[in-house]
This record gives sequence, structure tokens and C-alpha cells, in this order.
Amino acid sequence: MTAISGASASPAVRSAAGRFADFLYRRPNFYLLLLLVPPLLWFGAVYIASLLSLLWQSLYTFDDFTMTVSHTLTLANYTQLFDAANFDIIVRTVVMALAVSVFSAMLAFPVAYYMARYATGRTKAFFYIAVMLPMWTSYIVKAYAWTLLLAKEGVTSWFIHGLGLDAVLQFLLDIPGIGGNTLSTSNIGRFFVFTYIWLPFMILPIQAALERLPPSLLQASADLGANPLRTFRHVIFPLAIPGIAAGSIFTFSLTLGDYIVPQLVGPPGLFLGSMVYVQQGAIGNMPMAAAFTLVPVVLIAVYLSMVKKLGAFDAL
Amino acid sequence: MHSEKASVWLKAAAWGGLVFLHFPIFIIALYAFNTEESAFSFPPPGLTTKWFAVAFSRNDVLESIGLSLQIACMATLLALLLGTLAAAALYRRNFFGRDSITLMMILPIALPGIITGLALLSAFKALDIQPGIMTIVIGHATFCVVIVYNNVVARFRRTSHSLIEASMDLGADGWQTFRYIILPNLGTAMLAGGMLAFALSFDELIVTTFTAGHEKPLPIWLLNQLTRPRDVPVTNVVALMVMLVTMIPVLLAYLLTRGGEDVAGSGK
Repeated sequence: MTAISGASASPAVRSAAGRFADFLYRRPNFYLLLLLVPPLLWFGAVYIASLLSLLWQSLYTFDDFTMTVSHTLTLANYTQLFDAANFDIIVRTVVMALAVSVFSAMLAFPVAYYMARYATGRTKAFFYIAVMLPMWTSYIVKAYAWTLLLAKEGVTSWFIHGLGLDAVLQFLLDIPGIGGNTLSTSNIGRFFVFTYIWLPFMILPIQAALERLPPSLLQASADLGANPLRTFRHVIFPLAIPGIAAGSIFTFSLTLGDYIVPQLVGPPGLFLGSMVYVQQGAIGNMPMAAAFTLVPVVLIAVYLSMVKKLGAFDAL
Repeated sequence: MHSEKASVWLKAAAWGGLVFLHFPIFIIALYAFNTEESAFSFPPPGLTTKWFAVAFSRNDVLESIGLSLQIACMATLLALLLGTLAAAALYRRNFFGRDSITLMMILPIALPGIITGLALLSAFKALDIQPGIMTIVIGHATFCVVIVYNNVVARFRRTSHSLIEASMDLGADGWQTFRYIILPNLGTAMLAGGMLAFALSFDELIVTTFTAGHEKPLPIWLLNQLTRPRDVPVTNVVALMVMLVTMIPVLLAYLLTRGGEDVAGSGK
């Protein structure tokens, strides 16, 4: 390189940038390193370092009387996670996350199935955009829309009253555990809001899985004498499972970490996310908050290892 | 199979699903024009456009909008730079640690936002960094990188490598090849990725609450309005606006990358 750059032997006079680009082309490893350094530095210094700092701080000691954090290392925060009150929070959140995952899979399936097998051309593009846009629409606005919908004298109660379903609603609200005084202070209301917000995350992976299902399989099933119901149970549904599992990763993980919806809709009683928020904010107990963040990480890791067996990663 | 007709039930369920997804969005649009000031009764007693003028003359609203735009622009630029570099590095070569790097980029959006948010907060506290605009931008850029990366890497994979070789054979140097072959090919993918990153940053709430300190970007302003309900009409107008600001870039990103195997926006 030095010989060329110094002499007029080079066929054309090259700019410095040009020579540098040539140099990079001849040294692919150096080029690769140069490309990777900025993103790696960023993620190493900002993200990984932050996660480690969080993990480290979960071992600090919080003094309940002085309300201060000392740097003495302890595992007490982790043992406290299993206190009855804290364990309740974990169970409450996990049950909600699982219920939301199951129900959104039920709602998503027909939409995904129609998109993948029947809609063509313009209808298909329309469905695609119509599912994608609500997914990207501002999260806080969607949550706000539901506080409008579920409000007293609001849209939902107007429709329920108009359809003469007041008795059904009252029956649902009277069920202990999921009911409450009104929709906006009941677990049913919260459950609907979660389902609504994460539903598109379930539709798209199921649609992708069904899209890959070869039509010849369905014809073969019909030729061999199966009625549509049997074809669905033994051919379509098993092949859609990886998609459902992939979608449930999102619905499960997003519900576990949420603390805005529980704050806006539903009965009092903390969720995992709200507990983290309260601990670090109002109480100032960063070590306990840090220990609590490990719960969703562990739960999601367990969940991922379970759905991996169902083929979820091939459908992502 | 496509010749077969969908049953009425399936069709109804599919279209019903779409209505369910869009009805709350329609309600937001409707209530922004509501004449009623302090309740949410349905149907709205009357419609008016006067709240738009009221909302846009409020200083706190304008400040929050400006702040959110500023943050989203800075985070998008950072994400474009880092995401494109990562895509250029990872799309062809297979090397030790490649999968770990991809995983590291996905983690900030795969893990719940509270984890990313609290981790950043704990690090800022440990380093005595005051939360402010820069800490918000750092958080946003971290989870926006993967959005740009996904779009650009898909485009890199679709761009035939022989194009680059042909350019070199015809006498272009590495810089000219980059300027005239690679960059024009990547252009729309970068634009699409950038717009998605912008939409994601503009509306991000959970990570922001941990890194914002006393700053009030638009999502935090909205959240404060919801937990202490007052100025309902102004809140409704701002909600409609935030919705449009997050929807329009996504629609444009879709139109820019349509026809490819990986369409922008298919994964958040």
C-alpha cells in the first residue's frame, strides 16, 4: 500500500477515502472489526453493563428503619421474594399472563387462519395493514382508549345496555376473583385490556405458521375421508402450534412486565411490574426492585425453554 | 385451496377480530371532538373542533411535543448508525460470537421494559449521571437499534453480492461502490427502519419513566393526565395526535418495503 500511495505508478490518482475503502476491501477482518466496534461498544458499555449493575445492586442491603441502601452484600432480597405477600404478586401476574395468552390465541386464530388461507390480493394486504397498525399504535393511547371504553356511562356499558345484556354483565362481575364493582375496577376489565393490546403480536406469528402449511396436506386429509373438523384437529391445529407458541412468548412476556395497565384498569393489588416501580420509586429500595426484576427474567427463561420444544423459535 | 370459500362463521370471526382491533382507535378519534368536558358518556352529546386550538395553545403540551420529537430524532439517528453498521457486519460473514451479538441486540425489546429501564437507572445512579434528555435518548437508542438492524439486514440479504463484485470489476473503488451501489440499495430499508424506530421512540413509555428524571416527554405527560384526570378534552386531542404520529411512519415504512420477503413492521 505504501508503495502505491507514494508513487505515480497507481493507474489513477485516488482520493484518500478511495484508498481507504480499497484497504478495507483487502482486509475483511479489519473491516468487520471496524463495523462492529461502535455497536459492540454501545451495547457493552450501555446495556450489558447496566444489566450487570442491576444484578449487582440486587445484592445490596436495604435498611428498613433508616430507609437507606448500604453496600453490604446479602441474599436477603431474594429470600424475601418468597414471602407470602410477594409470592402472591408473582402468582397473580403469572395467572393473568397465562390467561391473556390463551384468550388472545383463541381470538387470533380465526383472523390468522382467514388471512393465511382465504384472503388474497388486496384483501390480504388490507388485513395485514389492519393488524400491523394497531400493533404499532401508541401503547399509552390504546390503554387510554380502554379507560374511555370502560368508563361509567361509557361506550361498553352503552352497548351492553342497548343489547339488553346487563344481567350477563352483572353475573360476570359477581363472580369472586375475576369480578368487581364495575368493569373498569375488575380483573375482567384488565384482562380485556391486556388481550386487546397484545392481540396483534399473536395474530402475525400464527398467520406466518399457517402460511407455510401446504394446501396438499389438507387435500390429502380430505381425500383420506376426514371431515373438516377432523382435518382441523389433526392437521391444521398441530401445525399451527409453533406459531401459537411464538405469539405466546410476546403475550406472556409483555404482560409479565407491564405496570401501566394494572395502574389504570382493574382492582388494587400490585403486579410484578408495579411492585418494581413502587419499590424503586416511592420506597427507594433499589435492591428489592432489582431482585424483583429477576423474577420475570427467570419466568421468561423457563417459558422459553418450554415453548422451544413446541417449535416456537422456528416460527419467529 | 384458495378456490374454496371460507365459511360464514370464519369470515365473521376474522372481520370481527379486525373490528375489535380498530374500535378503540376509532373511539379515540371520536372523543377528540367531544363537546363534553369532564365525562365519557356515549354517544357524545355533540362534536366540536375547538379543543384542538385549546390543546395547541397550551405551553406544557407544546413543550412535551417538542421534547418528544427531539428525543425521537436523536434516538433514531443513533439507531440508524449503529443498526446499519451491525447489519453490514453480520449479514454475510459467519464468525464466532455472531449469534450472541444478534441476541444482545434483540434483548432490549424482548425483555420487559421495566428490566431495561431499571437497569439503565441503576447504572446512571451508580455513575452519578443526572437523568435528563440524554439518558432518555440512550435508553431509546438501545432498543431501536434492532428495528433498524432487522430492516437493513433483510435488504442486505436480498441485494446480490455479485452487484458489488461487478462494480469492482468495472473499476469502481470500494468507496464508489459503497456510494453508488450499496447506499442506494439500502436507502429505502434505512428510511423504513428509521421511521419505525422514530415511531417506537416517540411512544415509548416504560423505559422512559425510569430514565426521564424531571423531563416530561409526551407519553409521560399523557400518563400523568390519566392518573390525575383533569383537562379531559385536551388529553383526548393529544391522544389522537400521538396515535397519528405513531401510525403514519409505520404505514409509510410498510409502503417503502412492500414486496420484499421481510416487510417493515411485521415485528415490533
